[in-house]
Amino acid sequence: MSATTAATAHFTPKPSTDGGEGQLLEVSMGPQHPSTHGVFRMDVALDGERVVKLKPVFGYLHRNHEKIAETETYLGSMPYTDRLDYLCSITNNWAYALAVEKLAGIQVPERAEYLRVITGELTRLQNHTSVIGFLLQDMGASGTPLMYAFREREKVLDLFESLTGSRMMCNYMRFGGCRADMPAGWLQQAQKVVEAFPRFLDEFERLLSGNEILMARTQGVGVLSKELAVDAGITGPMLRGSGVNYDIRKVDKYGIYERFSFKVPLGEHGDVYDRYMVRLLEMRESVKILQQAMRDVPPGPIMDAKTKLRGFRPKAGEAYGRIESPKGELGFYLISDGSPNPYRYRVRPPSLVNLTVLEDMCLGQNVADIVVILGSIDFILGEVDR
Amino acid sequence: MNLETIKSEIEANVPGCRLEIVPNNSPSGQHSLLIDSETALTVARFLRDAAHLRFDYCSNVTGIDWPGKEISEKVKIKKILDGVEQEVEEIQKTQSAGHLEAVYHLYSMEKKHGPVILRMRTEDRADRIHLPSLTPIWRSAEFQEREIFDLYGIVFDGHPDLRRILMWDGFEDHPMRRDYVEPDDYEYEPTPHDAVLQKAKQHLSETGGR
Repeated sequence: MSATTAATAHFTPKPSTDGGEGQLLEVSMGPQHPSTHGVFRMDVALDGERVVKLKPVFGYLHRNHEKIAETETYLGSMPYTDRLDYLCSITNNWAYALAVEKLAGIQVPERAEYLRVITGELTRLQNHTSVIGFLLQDMGASGTPLMYAFREREKVLDLFESLTGSRMMCNYMRFGGCRADMPAGWLQQAQKVVEAFPRFLDEFERLLSGNEILMARTQGVGVLSKELAVDAGITGPMLRGSGVNYDIRKVDKYGIYERFSFKVPLGEHGDVYDRYMVRLLEMRESVKILQQAMRDVPPGPIMDAKTKLRGFRPKAGEAYGRIESPKGELGFYLISDGSPNPYRYRVRPPSLVNLTVLEDMCLGQNVADIVVILGSIDFILGEVDR
Repeated sequence: MNLETIKSEIEANVPGCRLEIVPNNSPSGQHSLLIDSETALTVARFLRDAAHLRFDYCSNVTGIDWPGKEISEKVKIKKILDGVEQEVEEIQKTQSAGHLEAVYHLYSMEKKHGPVILRMRTEDRADRIHLPSLTPIWRSAEFQEREIFDLYGIVFDGHPDLRRILMWDGFEDHPMRRDYVEPDDYEYEPTPHDAVLQKAKQHLSETGGR
């Protein structure tokens, strides 16, 4: 290491004069590290293999989404919400639409509510499958589990494509309803995908859940206690993996969720394995919701006739609307001053808040476990940095 | 849960607190509670710990910028016109200081109710921009308060690690403020046209051709 440049010298361990014991090694993990799923950096201090300090560094993808939205009309921000959590554009649309509907007191027609539940739960399915695939990829199971996951995700994306015209940037919902009705044969196709889904989950579980390596790498790793999870505002599968029964679909009963019977799976230990299991079980519940919704979907309009999308000016006031997105509580806080664009537009990102306990989960673990713990959080940098 | 009852309960339990309900005229009906910065921590602790309230989950923390407005008032002034004292009406313009606001959305995971919305206001937007941090009560406020500090410039006293989070460390302004002007990040372009040409001309005239 004779040709150390000034930039790298900071992270090079100091030469030991006393045998080298107890020296800490500073590692900058990221921003171009494959396990960080984007541009995200961690300043890690290591004592041998053990993590003694970890500070997350954000902002590489910051584009001031909120400021841009404040110069846009209410409708103009809708496609931009797709880009927050770019795996789950439909639930982003939903949260934003819900907030605007609260702000302006808009009623959503029956059929649109069913369409929202169907597309929203399909989003949850494809998010959880790809997250589990990525988690396994991060653990070193290179390729195979991810390919299995992506094979299933493709089927859902195909459905989105034929419904909305786009696979990932769906831009599907509007305040007061949805943008497009189901094309002919779509429901049957979707039913086929949903009916086949539990078979895939069985296969996935047979492959993975009892796998000795997976258990060794995840059980007892990255434990998050119930108390800390609540205090730090963790939401979504991560919170429920720690055994806290809080699902906004059950608590707020937004949309028409009180019509469906489904359970909220809970973890017990709060480790990576529990988070993995909660996601698997949640997918089975989503399938149940989907089956009920697809059976009951009524005919009718999909847009509220009184709502004018263009030239939309809600009365002055404010509203906070939130939904249970696949990652946790996704909320939008809007303030209107009566003009065509929001005075204040705020996104409450589940990914950012869930990342705040990263250090607590990683302390005392090995450096290789950071990657696994990070993968189990399920975050998207588009939403973290906004 | 009614905000009026919560307000009177806080007033009964936290001596010396000044609370005010900020009405919300939108159909959402989410009214909020303006708290003063001296007793904010005690009020927050009461909301979290009181057995029947238990607002243990602070979901959303955000800032809002309310710039000062020009207030025009009609004032009657005595003036000497043509040697005679007369009362003349004049429009006097004053600039209000404006303020920055921090908003907290509280829910209860234990009781499954909410939201209760807390607001705190700074005295102005220039140098009296300190507010107490509520991170000691709800840890979920930690990174979100850092974000407000970064984008709005509210200084949270008692915050464990108040640094910029989204903008880089050397950045100086607060980009979410309403009066933020983006810096002249001029880049040379060989054939500038339209808006780019305008920008180039302006930049070159300001910097003297460099």
